[in-house]
Amino acid sequence: MPERITTADVAKVARLARLDVTPEEIDRMTSQLDGMLGHFADVDALDLSDVVPMTQPFPLVNVLRADVVRPCLDREEVLAAAPAAEAGCFRVPPIGGEG
Amino acid sequence: MAADQLTAAQVADGVRAGTRKAADVVERHLAVIAEREPEIHAFNLVLAEQARERAAAIDAAVAAGNDPGPLAGVTVALKDNMCTRGVPTTCSSKILDGWKPPYNATVVDTLRDAGAIVVGKTNLDEFAMGSSTENSAFGPTRNPHDTSRVPGGSSGGSAAAVAAGFAQVSLGSDTGGSIRQPAALCGVVGVKPTYGYVSRYGLVAFASSLDQIGPFTSSVADAALMLDVIGGHDPLDSTSIPQPHPSLTDAIQQDVSGLRVGRITDLPEGADPDVQERLEAAFDALRAAGASIVDVQVPAFTFGLTAYYLIAPAEASSNLARYDGVRYGLRTEAADTNAMYGATRAAGFGDEVKRRIMLGTYALSAGYYDAYYGKALKVRRLIHDDFERAYQQADVLLTPTSPTVAFKFGDKGDNPFAMYLCDTYTIPTNLAGHPGMSVPFGTGAHGLPVGVQVLAGTLQEPVMFRVAAALERSMEAEATA
Repeated sequence: MPERITTADVAKVARLARLDVTPEEIDRMTSQLDGMLGHFADVDALDLSDVVPMTQPFPLVNVLRADVVRPCLDREEVLAAAPAAEAGCFRVPPIGGEG
Repeated sequence: MAADQLTAAQVADGVRAGTRKAADVVERHLAVIAEREPEIHAFNLVLAEQARERAAAIDAAVAAGNDPGPLAGVTVALKDNMCTRGVPTTCSSKILDGWKPPYNATVVDTLRDAGAIVVGKTNLDEFAMGSSTENSAFGPTRNPHDTSRVPGGSSGGSAAAVAAGFAQVSLGSDTGGSIRQPAALCGVVGVKPTYGYVSRYGLVAFASSLDQIGPFTSSVADAALMLDVIGGHDPLDSTSIPQPHPSLTDAIQQDVSGLRVGRITDLPEGADPDVQERLEAAFDALRAAGASIVDVQVPAFTFGLTAYYLIAPAEASSNLARYDGVRYGLRTEAADTNAMYGATRAAGFGDEVKRRIMLGTYALSAGYYDAYYGKALKVRRLIHDDFERAYQQADVLLTPTSPTVAFKFGDKGDNPFAMYLCDTYTIPTNLAGHPGMSVPFGTGAHGLPVGVQVLAGTLQEPVMFRVAAALERSMEAEATA
């Protein structure tokens, strides 16, 4: 089982999750996540080397549909729900920045 | 179910025959809502005018000689994580406050086509993450049996709506117990069908390999009718099972003689004595009705909670990445996109949602994936296989639904794991993809409702419903004795 989770781990995970967190939140989350991952010790003790992972319950594979044109969402209706739209597109601030 | 209450089928039969007006049905429920909703807060939104218009249209259809369908005039409340075109769908989150979806969930269209009338959108723990509705951004729902207590969660509003008589039936979603646990705490029937039984198209995703829609009702027969209507394949949901389901309304006509009811001898401890007592009474009732009780073991059951709290947050962290202030919902303006994403999500999500996004992101991140998420998926396989073995020996399994009756607001304090323990008995079923349902079975401490959980194997809803109906009949017999 990995080492105990640190505030630096939590700050990094928050960046990966695109979630701004305050220093107080980092402290609180560090202790809560550490506590929750501590419960994983019982699972960690199991020998799972021969077990096949189960990603979903019903064994459906390659669900395909006929390539037929059908109605899609109305563009105006969709854009009306956006925080900002312009010329038939979603409007966002400049792409990029730290993170 | 109280003797003066009508079943959904009775309402629909009357409306279809023209002997009962859908308009009267709606007014009766709106009157109950007007009286008790301020105290209960089951709804994020009551759709009174829309319901009245719909009732008038149904009555007009009947007068014109048309059949509105098997749920004609039946009032339904929808958990507010099911998309309703042009009608706000919030998931009880600030990040979606005011959002009006441009499409209907498949279940919404299906219910409408069957003649049902939507009376409102119900409160939930934000994005269905919680067991008490205390995580709603719009304030908690109160349990109709005791307003100082929680209704359970996350579908607490839908459970309370049926328990309080605000709607004949309601829909919830169940990822780890979010239909069954509130059903138990509010004294109503709640069903999580087999994964893929009901279309999830238009259900806002929490953990996609676990989420399933199901009904809350006052009776087992109503739950059967609801699933007969909303179950079935949907081309818009690639995980929906591509085969027709047998009628559950027919299934409950059969008794339980000859069925094998399993008692899990290695079930995790922790159920209160009053809850345990009702479970024993349920075994007795089924034995008296002709079933045999067999001991089975499900060793991996006990690892369900741990595996779930890695798998569900991992899937949630991925699903909730879409709330970034670009296409819908809240945006906090900032100088560039990354700053906007971080600020929007910090402002829009509540503490529990943030906690699960963080846990899930951690479990999936480089260096930890195999140690946490990968192992959890293997444990999931163990749980599934252990259940499958148990179902070789027993047709259904019986457990408590919730370890306790409804608890008081704030009872679980700041310890997230204390809240997660509410779902000890419900979670393993979601991991296996199997069906499960909670049936009201008398009362426990403080005279509060206790639910008994009936579990069955993949697509074994017919046998699960037969057992549920037998439990219900034994309660009715007790009440009239």
